[in-house]
Amino acid sequence: MARHVSTRRRWFVTVIAWAIGLLMFFPILWTFITSFKTEGEAVASPPSFLFFQWTLENYVEVQRRSDYFRHFSNSVFISFGSTLIGLVIAVPAAWAMAFQPGKHTKDLLMWMLSTKMMPAVGVLVPIYLIFRDLGLLDSRVGLTVILTLIDLPIIIWMLYTYFKEIPVDILEAARMDGAGLWNEILYVLTPMAVPGIASTLLLNIILAWNEAFWTLNLSAAKAAPLTTFIASYSSPEGLFYAKLSAASTMAIAPILILGWFSQKQLVRGLTFGAVK
Amino acid sequence: MGSITLQRVNKAFGDLTVIPAIDLEIADGEFAVFVGPSGCGKSTLLRLIAGLEDVTSGAILIDGKDTTALPPARRGLSMVFQSYALYPHMSVRANIAFPLKMARLPAAEIEAKVQAAARTLNLTDYLDRKPRQLSGGQRQRVAIGRAIVRQPEAFLFDEPLSNLDAALRVQMRLEISELHQALGTTMIYVTHDQVEAMTMADKIVVLNRGNIEQVGSPLDLYRRPDNLFVAGFIGSPKMNFITGPVAAGLDCHTLGVRPEHIAVSTGGGLWTGTVGVAEHLGSDTYLHIHTENLGTLTVRAGGEIMLGHGDTVGLTPDMANLHKFDDKGRAIR
Repeated sequence: MARHVSTRRRWFVTVIAWAIGLLMFFPILWTFITSFKTEGEAVASPPSFLFFQWTLENYVEVQRRSDYFRHFSNSVFISFGSTLIGLVIAVPAAWAMAFQPGKHTKDLLMWMLSTKMMPAVGVLVPIYLIFRDLGLLDSRVGLTVILTLIDLPIIIWMLYTYFKEIPVDILEAARMDGAGLWNEILYVLTPMAVPGIASTLLLNIILAWNEAFWTLNLSAAKAAPLTTFIASYSSPEGLFYAKLSAASTMAIAPILILGWFSQKQLVRGLTFGAVK
Repeated sequence: MGSITLQRVNKAFGDLTVIPAIDLEIADGEFAVFVGPSGCGKSTLLRLIAGLEDVTSGAILIDGKDTTALPPARRGLSMVFQSYALYPHMSVRANIAFPLKMARLPAAEIEAKVQAAARTLNLTDYLDRKPRQLSGGQRQRVAIGRAIVRQPEAFLFDEPLSNLDAALRVQMRLEISELHQALGTTMIYVTHDQVEAMTMADKIVVLNRGNIEQVGSPLDLYRRPDNLFVAGFIGSPKMNFITGPVAAGLDCHTLGVRPEHIAVSTGGGLWTGTVGVAEHLGSDTYLHIHTENLGTLTVRAGGEIMLGHGDTVGLTPDMANLHKFDDKGRAIR
């Protein structure tokens, strides 16, 4: 029998949920609103919420000063590129670890995860020097490579967890039915793992899009993605809140829209296998 | 066709030997059943034949050809799994067609074979459904359909009926036996249920701790068990084992008497005891009788016998059907 939930209680829960949602969304909303103010209004006290002279001048100014679309295309190249290369490496790796585990598979997985615990600054100098010697500084290829490397452990871990949920009997049945390794992965494993692969893809694009440490340190102008773009507007003494807000809005908008449309897939993927 | 020969087949996981050097011959067209308690290695043995596990040493010959090093896909065997292992994202039609698709048959031929298999198994109306929309028995049929469709050298069944309820199990048991008669293909069937083994097999292979205890036809094993393990495992209710002076008096360490080979009477008899529990099945009555110096004996009596708790009875074993075992548990003949 379904549990009876009173209308009052439902109202209460709804209101609380909206309040928490708004609280979490508020900084983004405030940034968005500020981006339409003049610099003067942006720092006015008390701040005006909706009733001010709306203007697009910040967006025009930001695009004129620092070419949003070049940064945007760099971000797309780097985040999609690193994720796709990561998946190509990680699907076979996760398959091997999930279905043909060896004595040291668990150790290997823990070791990979442990690299994520290490502070990135610790390897900044060697990596910087390697990149310098290989001519990869400030190149989109270089940034794609470094982001592939730093996100690979997470991609492999996520895929490994999803693959573990797939009953090995079904893969064995495919083998008995005459499927070779390639057909087994193509016709049986991949279709069954689609929700997991999709959510890994989405999550990793978001992670790569937001990655700031390596992109800031290893790029200057040519390959600079949106993280550098935002950073160039934050200065300790400048009072360019409105322009910073416009730049931030432009930088997070694409990923916000992607996340919005794929949230169902994301949630399904992240809870995949949690409930049998 | 599909004879299967195991030569000194040995399997170890690390230091743990699961199957020590087994030799076995299964003739073409034979229905062989591997039976034993859980953990006896019967499923591992089947998986070795399938190629899903690698043998540690020894050779597996299918139809006279050494297949020890071949991957499962190239051994020409079909397998039905305990969990059915259907492809959840494919329709019934695509599930049954999958082995044919892997064999790169033309689409028209695939469709004709799928239709034929579906007719044999009464699945024609369900071809467009997904496995999750089917009942347990129907899923089992799809799994069998997927196995028969490409006419393999032999079928391997890994406890295929243990997820079904009792009534369906009896029905599917019959259907598999009929399928075997219709196809005449070699079948190897793994089960822990000695009733399935007795009713279906041409040849039963009794396994215990990785060892083959005895190989033979169902009635061979019933009449002439080689040792205590087989004697106790085959037959239901279980054989009674008697040790002590009574056994010693007949020159053996353990005396085995099947419940159906003891006659009950209200007076007289060679031994006496009192009835503990009487289980009335209609056709038979199982009496559990406590005796003074033989322990509790199970006796199979007629369905209409009217004995109950506390009644004193006389027991007479059928002297022609006694089984004698030495102190190592081996049969004395």
